[in-house]
Amino acid sequence: MAQDGHTEHPKYMNIFWWLLGLTVAEVLVVIPDLPIAIKAILLIGMACSKAALVAIYFMHLKFERKTLSAIVITPFLICVFLVIMLMPDLTLDARLDGIVKPATEVVDTSSH
Amino acid sequence: MEHATTLDHTEDVYEPSLTPDSLGKLGMWIFLVGDTMSFGALLAAYAALRAGAGVVGWVPPDEILGINLTAGMTFLLICSSVTMVKALESIQNGNVSRMCLFLGLTIAGGLIFLGLQAYEWTHLIKHGLTLTGIPEHGLKSETISGSTLFGPTFYAITGFHGLHVTGGVIYLIVILIHGLRGRYTAEFNHEVEIVGLYWHFVDLIWIMVFTFIYLL
Repeated sequence: MAQDGHTEHPKYMNIFWWLLGLTVAEVLVVIPDLPIAIKAILLIGMACSKAALVAIYFMHLKFERKTLSAIVITPFLICVFLVIMLMPDLTLDARLDGIVKPATEVVDTSSH
Repeated sequence: MEHATTLDHTEDVYEPSLTPDSLGKLGMWIFLVGDTMSFGALLAAYAALRAGAGVVGWVPPDEILGINLTAGMTFLLICSSVTMVKALESIQNGNVSRMCLFLGLTIAGGLIFLGLQAYEWTHLIKHGLTLTGIPEHGLKSETISGSTLFGPTFYAITGFHGLHVTGGVIYLIVILIHGLRGRYTAEFNHEVEIVGLYWHFVDLIWIMVFTFIYLL
């Protein structure tokens, strides 16, 4: 499956230092009182970078056929799609609170 | 001449046939793609439950879980991924004893990880984080109204990952035994590459679990 039966090896220790640095940075991001949205963006960004480094260099995706990379990326895209599809459920309570009128505002028409 | 042109054209258009080496690798990739969906569904469910619970209905994970310990576990898995690629590099260079050494280190990394996870679970259960409840004391936050769903989701996701690590350690031990018996050479080593794919996947998943469960 490899494009040219690769025997070359990337510098694994460089990748290791990158992964270690990103892990330390992740832990450091948690310490200060940052807004949750900024924390989430930074942490998810760093986690995805680490995952990409592992997949590209340790799992040798860089040396495989492009077709395989497309196959591998697909489930990640589907997972993102899954989260997006769950979004309406996540905000359901908040939206229902806005729609349902309080009982005191209901007009009693039974006497007419 | 025309015949040669036709052959060249054919080689350009069609993928080469799968060999026993590439077939095994493709099989592992297909398994990993399916497994990604399993973990993706678990993490998406966790995100949905947490977002649905709101700020007051969910335990802040950093008040219950030990980030320092799990950061150490993450470091351990990253190290074991490096020893795994070193094992593959060694056998591709024909060095069997070095491959066995690095495979042994990878197995040791996996076993220490499992030991730390068992320690963490024992500690959490003793402090009241169970499948049906959260610790009643020791939480800094006063806004928590109590979320009984934190425990089940936490144990389901980390437990599912722990099972994968356990499977990976057993798989690595089998490959190590084959290696010690002289099965692998510089020319025949695709089985080592395939177990490496599995092990790196376990590492990759932990990177996501660490971020979503422990840090966010």
